[in-house]
Amino acid sequence: MKEKQKNFTAGEAFRHGFRDGIPIALGYFAVSFSLGIIMKNIGMSPGQGFLFSLLDLASAGEYAVLQVIAADAPYIEMVIVLIVTNARYLLMSTALSQKFSPGTPLVHRFGVGYGVTDELFALGVNYEGWLSPWYYYGALGFSAFMWALGSAGGIIAGNILPERLVRALSVALFGMFIAIIIPPARKNRAVGAVVACGFLLSWLCELFPLLHMSSGTKTIVLTVLIAGAASLIHPHEEEEEHHEA
Amino acid sequence: MKHSLILYILLSGLVSYLIRVLPLTLIRKPIRSKFIRSFLYYVPYATLAVMTFPAIITSTASPVSGMLALIAGILLAWNGKSLPFVASVCCIAVLISELIMGL
Repeated sequence: MKEKQKNFTAGEAFRHGFRDGIPIALGYFAVSFSLGIIMKNIGMSPGQGFLFSLLDLASAGEYAVLQVIAADAPYIEMVIVLIVTNARYLLMSTALSQKFSPGTPLVHRFGVGYGVTDELFALGVNYEGWLSPWYYYGALGFSAFMWALGSAGGIIAGNILPERLVRALSVALFGMFIAIIIPPARKNRAVGAVVACGFLLSWLCELFPLLHMSSGTKTIVLTVLIAGAASLIHPHEEEEEHHEA
Repeated sequence: MKHSLILYILLSGLVSYLIRVLPLTLIRKPIRSKFIRSFLYYVPYATLAVMTFPAIITSTASPVSGMLALIAGILLAWNGKSLPFVASVCCIAVLISELIMGL
């Protein structure tokens, strides 16, 4: 199989990747549009939203950063919240690192690294044989563009649409988060417990003034606490499914 | 606002990039620790749950409309409905309930 793959030119691999990335790119537009509505609520311009999404390329990470920005919290809080919410990319990048053929120029590691997201990683890690960076760029290029465009579109729509509609659209991102976490929570009891604890503890923090902290700090503290406790009590067995969330 | 929006944006981009690129360039080794792998597996679920609730009920005009969206979303996702469908119904739940409540 590795022999066959070597016959692909960079252009062919790129086109192939582009084609495989189209469904991802369309999904990204929708999620990023919902993020754009929230960016509008905190006063970002379409250009700023475009740049922000292009640079960050992460739904949970970007939402966490938006919470930090809305609270005008310190930069260091944003850095830590990003490390926590994006920590899983460390795992994906190390896995992807094994997919590069020994002869691949270093520059491609810098290029592919920019585009490690849940969906693109799944595409790359399932590529047969060594990963062709050009295949990855094909999927990544259009997806990243649609991701950035979605945020700008969400901000523009938020500025034009009536307030009532914008308010309704503000929950779209939460709806997406729910759609991501609930099905695995149903299948896997440990994940179910993690999600339930997340809801409960997050709510308790808001309820009791003594436990009150900024949204960013709350995300950091509770994520580390819950994921840490879950790994101690019930270490995840990896055989079945490797990457879904 | 004490902090600069553009600095937030550039710094967040830099951090996001480093998290992804360092394992591909400097580290290059698979993470073998079972605890760390397990921790990283649970992190997205914990983070997304913490960020969703109670934020979903404070982002709407009334906690009631947010709560309806949350319940509808959980029920639909539990029954395996697709992500776009779940998200759309959440929005519609807020829109209709706020219209009814006259908000």
